[in-house]
Amino acid sequence: MASAEARRMRRRVANAAMLGLTAAATVLTVSVLFFILGYLVYQGGSSVSLSFFTELPKPVGEAGGGMANAIVGSGKLLLIATLTGVPIGFLAGVYVAEFASPVPAFVLRYATDLLNGVPSIVVGIFVYALIVLPMKQFSTVAGGVALGIIMIPIALRSTEEYLRSVPKSLREASLALGASRATTIVRVIVPAASGGIVTALMLNLARVAGETAPLLFTALNNRFWSRGWLDPTASLPVMIFTYAIAPYPDWHRQAWAAGLVLLGLVLVTNIGARWLLARRRRAGA
Amino acid sequence: MSAAPPTTTPVMLSGAMRAAERGLAAPPATAVKIDVRGMHFYYGAAHVLDDITLTVRANQVTALIGPSGCGKSTFLRSLNRMNDIIPGARAEGRIRIDGQDIYDPSVDVVDLRRRVGMVFQKSNPFPKSIFDNVAYGLRVNGLVSSRAELAGRVEESLRQAAIWDEVKDRLQASALALSGGQQQRLCIARALAVRPEVLLMDEPASALDPIATQRIEELIYDLKTAYTIVIVTHNMQQAARVSDFTGFFWLGKLIEFNRTDRIFTAPGEKLTEDYVTGRFG
Amino acid sequence: MTTTALAGRAGAARTTFLSRLRRGDEVAYLLTFAFALVVLLITAAFFWQLYAQSPIVWDRFGTRFLYDTAWDPVAEQFGAAPFIFGTLVTSFLALLLAVPLGVGVAIFLTELAPRRVSEATALLVDLLAAVPSVIYGLIAIAVLVPFMRTTVQPALAATGLPFLGGPAYGVGYLTASLVLTFMIVPFIVSVSREVLMAVPREQREAALALGSTTWETTWRIVLPFARLGIVGAVFLALGRALGETMAVTMVIGNRPEIGHSLLGPGYSMAAVIANEFTEATSDVHLQALIAVGFVLFVMTMIINAVARALILVTTRSARS
Repeated sequence: MASAEARRMRRRVANAAMLGLTAAATVLTVSVLFFILGYLVYQGGSSVSLSFFTELPKPVGEAGGGMANAIVGSGKLLLIATLTGVPIGFLAGVYVAEFASPVPAFVLRYATDLLNGVPSIVVGIFVYALIVLPMKQFSTVAGGVALGIIMIPIALRSTEEYLRSVPKSLREASLALGASRATTIVRVIVPAASGGIVTALMLNLARVAGETAPLLFTALNNRFWSRGWLDPTASLPVMIFTYAIAPYPDWHRQAWAAGLVLLGLVLVTNIGARWLLARRRRAGA
Repeated sequence: MSAAPPTTTPVMLSGAMRAAERGLAAPPATAVKIDVRGMHFYYGAAHVLDDITLTVRANQVTALIGPSGCGKSTFLRSLNRMNDIIPGARAEGRIRIDGQDIYDPSVDVVDLRRRVGMVFQKSNPFPKSIFDNVAYGLRVNGLVSSRAELAGRVEESLRQAAIWDEVKDRLQASALALSGGQQQRLCIARALAVRPEVLLMDEPASALDPIATQRIEELIYDLKTAYTIVIVTHNMQQAARVSDFTGFFWLGKLIEFNRTDRIFTAPGEKLTEDYVTGRFG
Repeated sequence: MTTTALAGRAGAARTTFLSRLRRGDEVAYLLTFAFALVVLLITAAFFWQLYAQSPIVWDRFGTRFLYDTAWDPVAEQFGAAPFIFGTLVTSFLALLLAVPLGVGVAIFLTELAPRRVSEATALLVDLLAAVPSVIYGLIAIAVLVPFMRTTVQPALAATGLPFLGGPAYGVGYLTASLVLTFMIVPFIVSVSREVLMAVPREQREAALALGSTTWETTWRIVLPFARLGIVGAVFLALGRALGETMAVTMVIGNRPEIGHSLLGPGYSMAAVIANEFTEATSDVHLQALIAVGFVLFVMTMIINAVARALILVTTRSARS
């Protein structure tokens, strides 16, 4: 039965080979993450200084300066995004989870998936037509709204998912005590689901914080502080883009620093949110 | 087989009747096929099986009975090392098949599983044709060398599983179109196709109606001549009907192991007697 | 009063509108319904705005816009073909590379690796998915482009194979495809993992119990079972790749022509919008860019719809 032995050997070798191949693919993929992080630290680590956080960009061609306005600008944009996108997504999610009958629920979920699949630059065009054209200027509000629209689908889906996961018994206990549906939702169901909804919000923000394309022609850019909410504003991602493709080495240096800061914030938020989620899951929430 | 409806007579009586019908007072003393000594099993920190010692004889049917959750299935799955795929599962002690310790590092698990076949509680045919289901084991293990031989082996297995006549005209039809009982017999055919030496059956008829169950039980009785069968069942009457030896598991321990007629007519342990007379479980 | 409160929605229908209003149920319903409508309105508005904001283009060029290859803002000749071409070429090439890689990783994580390893690694892959596009672009400009220009492209050009000729620019279709590959791999991994994990355990056990090796089980039983879902994952990834903007913009070379070599520069729909929108020289130019956006929008809509349908079919059938 030598051929049977040979066949068994071949199968064992094939098994080991595929294990090795897929493991290699995994190592390759994971190493990309470490490479990106490492290279950013290598190139930008030394440039992440106090001046980076506190100074405005210097005039073109001059060395030095920082990205204070971009950091604040990103903050303002995210604030508007949260104020516009999250309530819409959240309340619509409550509708789908609590009030909608199957057909409207399906329609909404389908529309949400549609919205989720829209390339972010197309969202930028949409907001350009909707807000920038009528206002006749680029503004922080426009950029914030664009980011907000991008936030809606994830906010809606996660709200719906976490509300649905609240055990029926909680719901029924509240109703049995004489509470109205509205009270039950506000005082029982939403608080029970709040942990998951908040972590989903964190992940949502982290994703939107890195979006560049929708800002290119809504919030545009600004080499100075943007006053109020109606001026165009600088933002970290747009600054990275602008500086990276420019021919000035000093700008490249600052782009690295900005990249490191942005990625750092995104990764920390992601890890934090996932850690919170894991902790809740372990506690059986 | 018998005309007497099994469920109306008390268990003890039906067991004795079965033995009498078969014309033997005791099963012949065949060779030891599986020898288990001092076996312990853990899922992580949980001590699921405690000091199990028993022998399974060749060409006999050995039944493992006991209330649900007391380790019977875990024990069964240890015999073909299916528990290996569960993270945190650990076996200690010795399980020997044909004298060889199956947990020895030199053992090829893949080959072990071909030699020790398994039929699961809920039938799990692949979403392929009836033919391809049975042929799967043959193809993967390279057991045939021609299309004709493959077709021959498939037919042989389907006949052995007493389902050939029902499917011979639609071998290319999807296996999922069969009824529950037919699917289970197909799974048995699939397991038999690779000509295992031992057949492990984990509550094979628990999801089936009484008529399908009876056919499976008849099948088990017929297969005994060619295979060694270990069957887990929570149905005592079934154990009494089909098996030669019975082991009673309770809370992870093997309380008693003996010839089936003895277990059901004159059990040695009080716990066994309480269980088979239906005082608990 | 207690009996009416017990019944929830069904009970609410039986009580009066006024009492519902007082209890706040009606308010809650109307409020959330209103916001749900807003979502639908926004979605519908997308279609409307993109189409309606580019009237001149459709009037003047009609469907010729889709296959004309001349993009000349000065002469006011606009044809989107170079961009559609570039988007499709880079996306499909990226898919070609990313699918084996991504499915391979997913198989490793769900079928072959021990649980601890696979959970930690899955987290790392998810983090990779969170890296912003502009950062991929930054690294690509600094590391990938020089590497392509000095090493890879000359080597490929030397092989003399078709579509691989021409000078080594560093940027171009191939470079953009490579960046895109690594951007969509994490996505393919996470969706494929979901699909693979939905394959019932009993199927794997049946195969193993018949004496299959782990790989044979994966290849012959698990993958065929999950086939449709993985195709769905691939379509989803394609949808993502089509719309990917920043990283591609930074390395594609920005030449609005249909290139004849993968090593040469090209353009994509998203890239041309990103680069030219704020510099548009005329109304027609701007509307042409919006029209390009509309084409991109429609393409991604269709691909995503197919993808969702496929995944729905798989998860439904696995549950039944």
